[in-house]
Amino acid sequence: MMLSKGLKRKREDELEKETLAVDAWWLGPRPPAVAQAPPAVASSSLFDLSVLKLHHSLRQSEPDLRHLVLVVNTLRRIQASMAPEAPLSPVPSPPPAPGAAADSLLASSDAALSASMASLLEDLSHIEGLSQAPQPLVDEGPPGRPTSGAPPSLGALDLLGPATGCLLDDELEGLFEDIDTSMYDSELWAPASEGVKPGPEAGPGKEETLELDEAELDYLLDVLVGTQALERPPGPGR
Amino acid sequence: MFPKFSLRSMFYGAGGGNDIQWCFSQVKGAIDDDVAEADIISTVEFNHSGELLATGDKGGRVVIFQQEQENKIQSHSRGEYNVYSTFQSHEPEFDYLKSLEIEEKINKIRWLPQKNAAQFLLSTNDKTIKLWKISERDKRPEGYNLKEEDGRYRDPTTVTTLRVPVFRPMDLMVEASPRRIFANAHTYHINSISINSDYETYLSADDLRINLWHLEITDRSFNIVDIKPANMEELTEVITAAEFHPNSCNTFVYSSSKGTIRLCDMRASALCDRHSKLFEEPEDPSNRSFFSEIISSISDVKFSHSGRYMMTRDYLSVKIWDLNMENRPVETYQVHEYLRSKLCSLYENDCIFDKFECCWNGSDSVVMTGSYNNFFRMFDRNTKRDITLEASRENNKPRTVLKPRKVCASGKRKKDEISVDSLDFNKKILHTAWHPKENIIAVATTNNLYIFQDKVN
Repeated sequence: MMLSKGLKRKREDELEKETLAVDAWWLGPRPPAVAQAPPAVASSSLFDLSVLKLHHSLRQSEPDLRHLVLVVNTLRRIQASMAPEAPLSPVPSPPPAPGAAADSLLASSDAALSASMASLLEDLSHIEGLSQAPQPLVDEGPPGRPTSGAPPSLGALDLLGPATGCLLDDELEGLFEDIDTSMYDSELWAPASEGVKPGPEAGPGKEETLELDEAELDYLLDVLVGTQALERPPGPGR
Repeated sequence: MFPKFSLRSMFYGAGGGNDIQWCFSQVKGAIDDDVAEADIISTVEFNHSGELLATGDKGGRVVIFQQEQENKIQSHSRGEYNVYSTFQSHEPEFDYLKSLEIEEKINKIRWLPQKNAAQFLLSTNDKTIKLWKISERDKRPEGYNLKEEDGRYRDPTTVTTLRVPVFRPMDLMVEASPRRIFANAHTYHINSISINSDYETYLSADDLRINLWHLEITDRSFNIVDIKPANMEELTEVITAAEFHPNSCNTFVYSSSKGTIRLCDMRASALCDRHSKLFEEPEDPSNRSFFSEIISSISDVKFSHSGRYMMTRDYLSVKIWDLNMENRPVETYQVHEYLRSKLCSLYENDCIFDKFECCWNGSDSVVMTGSYNNFFRMFDRNTKRDITLEASRENNKPRTVLKPRKVCASGKRKKDEISVDSLDFNKKILHTAWHPKENIIAVATTNNLYIFQDKVN
């Protein structure tokens, strides 16, 4: 966009005035005469303030979701306007200090921000997953979803990491690590039944669904009954 | 049901605005400026007849005031409200699973219509809703055969005659007892409860879900709205308020932090995730700012008594919507437009997140809402006039007519005007209530409850 020298100066002046006005909030109440037109590009102080609010909100033991969501959305808007390629960016040569500061902030904060938001929002849902336990029970055929419905629980549980997941599965896996499982290798099992977990041999298979039909179940039972008669494999260290 | 009006208001148009002269009537609460946290009023609600006025506070207490029977001789004022019952509704709890303390603050109180001698209300904190029965006892039985008057049991062998115990009058005792506890159905913070017009069910709403309950059944509730995304990182909107339609028992609305209102019909499907109607006003491009979304967040939604309209409160305005028109409100009233240029500061001090409530008068002709500096505003829908009044102990002589206030947005301040920068943003009026039939209003400042009435000649 071509600007005459005079015009350019005028816009720089305006931007300086805006910056001054904006910086002044930190100090105290602004004189009412300074009309605050919404800046097309947010100053870095507004960005900082929003990040501060976000972190403060997330650090609460139980964040106020509405406050959190509103701050996050506002922060996204501010961030979008500060992005260098934003079409709203009005001044071809902004005063060096705020511009450079904004750019460097953007570079370092983007990744950090999304990472911290992601992990903290995940914590929130993790907390929700834990609290799904005491839900009231429901009849069959009622209208609406019973509050102890499966979908919310599954969603939250999916996000639970191994550290907080089913401890029993991890323990079992660890228990059988050292045992020679060659006895239980593929010959005994029909190749089609990939969904079948022969217990200790496989890893924690809670994400995969078990789909056994009756014939496979019968076969499985026969084998189990049969192998009980076999000698136990030698334990670790012997 | 026709609200009672004075002859004067019948001639000059129903309702408030400049037609009614509002007078100070009473103020309840501590006088000193040092506000105890527990005394902060968090909800105010008249019952269906207007005879009872309930308040809830941050300390989990409910205080109910009762209007004195009108003194026919002294017709220049309506009955005063005096304390009728006080009880501890909710206690602070500890959620061991999440290691979190659950606040006892009462978020909402809703009265049930009276069916017998007792009164019932629902009160809720962030997680648990309770049904309370408030009953009077003014007689007690005397003359038991096996018990002495002081309660000690008599030796049966000393009983030689039998008598029938009789009821004798005693000093009035008002008892509040919890009849139902509706718990464990909300993961997030409850912001609303609303009783259905069938008087059998009610809804409770938290940030992400709305549940439907039957008043008799506490061990189950039905989830009728769920806006929780599968991935919490995608969360961009929360539920801010919900209410049942006053006449249509299958209809309810809920508002969001993005300034939308959804009307749902429970007959359409069991899960009301899909709305029947979506009310949203397009953003005014000339007013766009980084704070546009925050100030569009709806803090309260209330149906008119008629059920034809609903009112929403966002940070700067009150909007009246016709249920038949989704694309824009039919009326918009600016509560404190002078704050628009101060949004940055209000964002900084978090005032921009304050949640103001709003209410209708009995005839749906006037609406009221609170503001800062202990100011509250009324808008007359017929005359289009509005008025700003102040809840302050300075005007505390009964039958003193309140002087209208004016805020000077910019430029030269006239006498008796207050400049924007002199406003006290710590003195906020978030909760107000209007008597269902009379021109009596209850206005809550931080820790005081003011009652104003219109001047009855």
